[in-house]
Amino acid sequence: MTGFTNLIQQLINAFSIGSLYALMAIGLAMVFGILRLINFAHGDLIMVGSYTALLVQVAGMPFWVAALAGITASALAGLIMERVAYRPIRGAPEVSMLLTSFAVTIFLENTAILIFSPISRAFPAPSILTAALKYGTLRISSLDLIAIGVAIILLILLTLFVTRTKVGISMRAASEDLLAARLMGINVNKVIASAFLIGSMLAGVVGMLWSARVGKVDPLMGFYPVLKAFVATVIGGMGNLPGAVLGAYVLGFLEILLQGLLPATLTPFRDAFVFLALIILLLFRPNGILGPTAREKI
Amino acid sequence: MRIPLKTLINVGLLLLVIALLLTINFMASSYIQRVIISLGINIILVVSLNLSNGFTGVFSLGHVGFMAIGAYTAAILTLPLSLKAVNLPDLPTWLAGVEMSFLPATLIGGVLAALIALLIGLSLMRLSGNYVAVATMGFLVIVYAVLVNWDSMTRGARTFSGVPPYTTFWWVWGWAALTVYVVWRLARSSYGRKMMAIRDNEIAAQALGINVMRTRLLAFCVSAFFTAVAGALWAHFITAFSPKEFYFTQTFSIITMLVVGGMGSVSGSVLGTAAITVLSELLRNAERGINLGFIQIPPVYGASQILMAIIFILVIIYWPKGLLGGREIDFSRLFIRPQRQKKSEE
Repeated sequence: MTGFTNLIQQLINAFSIGSLYALMAIGLAMVFGILRLINFAHGDLIMVGSYTALLVQVAGMPFWVAALAGITASALAGLIMERVAYRPIRGAPEVSMLLTSFAVTIFLENTAILIFSPISRAFPAPSILTAALKYGTLRISSLDLIAIGVAIILLILLTLFVTRTKVGISMRAASEDLLAARLMGINVNKVIASAFLIGSMLAGVVGMLWSARVGKVDPLMGFYPVLKAFVATVIGGMGNLPGAVLGAYVLGFLEILLQGLLPATLTPFRDAFVFLALIILLLFRPNGILGPTAREKI
Repeated sequence: MRIPLKTLINVGLLLLVIALLLTINFMASSYIQRVIISLGINIILVVSLNLSNGFTGVFSLGHVGFMAIGAYTAAILTLPLSLKAVNLPDLPTWLAGVEMSFLPATLIGGVLAALIALLIGLSLMRLSGNYVAVATMGFLVIVYAVLVNWDSMTRGARTFSGVPPYTTFWWVWGWAALTVYVVWRLARSSYGRKMMAIRDNEIAAQALGINVMRTRLLAFCVSAFFTAVAGALWAHFITAFSPKEFYFTQTFSIITMLVVGGMGSVSGSVLGTAAITVLSELLRNAERGINLGFIQIPPVYGASQILMAIIFILVIIYWPKGLLGGREIDFSRLFIRPQRQKKSEE
């Protein structure tokens, strides 16, 4: 393989992984922007959606039905999570909310282990997703292209949603100042629920693409995606939607870059380097690369 | 110096509790003895975590990383030479010939963790709130990645086995008593007041001339030291472990104990730890199936974790300050009426 095709291959790789991170990161950033809640259980929505899709496929349904069912299941799980666990502690200290989301994660993961056993299962994906396109020495998996395409379409729709629709505008208002938004007559419960709904649906989409990519599902599958999405939101400035998307692509490229540049003995430490970068970033630009550098006012 | 009656009563009752534990320990089955040892280790973990998370407001999610550092360091140092040649053939030569006794190995583990805490604390202690929680969690991920990949020292993801079973009732409860004593005295010293001032309002504390960085670092390093000691005790108790035991499940478990007991209270930590340890043992037994005589409940493995998560969420919703809500248990109130005018402990 020549250097040039290798470069293209890696670029596509970085773009597709960045797209998945971006779709995850948006859900985290939306909720954080309004509630100051870091929702770690967001990753488990991937798992809920993927297992649902798997079950529907096992029942003999075609993939597109399974995917729709999976995305719906993720969305429902997100809504229930908000209603049962997060609404009662709204306004609690940030750290209490973070810990609650940990508890929700433990709950969902262990429930999945209880129902499906901890062993991973094969996730059947249709051939259109697993095919590889060849141009000379260049091999591109169609899944990468689909991931990039889906992400771009969803990002455009999302941009239209937050800028053009009433709910979207209320959402931005709520993330700027929750109290003021409420005083303006915005139904905060509805806004928060829709943030969870949209974020969870995106997580469901990621679930389908992710499971097709790795070819299997397991109860702890949401853990690394949410960690990565979380790093992405920190890079972009927590609660900042364009920032989260940018951060996700930066992270995708950073990972592929580390993979390529680190000496072979150090590549297993890639995650360590990613989190080291996160810590350094938190120290110097705690509001992310797009965020303001202002200090807290008294 | 005149010792107040209150202190005498409290210390006396504490001694009574320890004597009771000791009696149970000698009379009970080996299962109960193991529960008592793990209770002691958990108390060290939670009380030391409380120093940083509860008293200073530096909410660390990475303390299990220090526990891992203590466990692996001490275990590498105490592993018998014959086993070292088999299990860890690639150890650097200066380590390959070392076989230490328990106490120095534990201390080295603790000091190493404290030094690492100092090193990362110099930067991390500048953060606060959510950010410090996230950055320390990043530290945990880094420690985990290093443990899994540093084959020559840790056997990577494989089980590290053959650690001599040095941990006894006396070691654990000796260290637990020391931890409680140090944290208690520290929390009531001028440093402790500074810690709480920083926790309650960082900017106001700074305005009063408190060195935020130094105070936070002190709390962080001391708590890292004792957490690592607990790790070393745990390693020599369980004798075989792998990196995945030092990750989010363990983190969540000690944080549950801390939150249930109430942050910022030493006796709360002890109480919360005792409550959760006993509860989780009961649940773990129930998991294996219960025979109620007329009906047999089948085993449901993993159900105890689910119940713990539910309990945790309920506590946060209905009892956000935990069992004691930052206050301390005062046994003497059972015997003497507390003074109304001023808080007698001040």
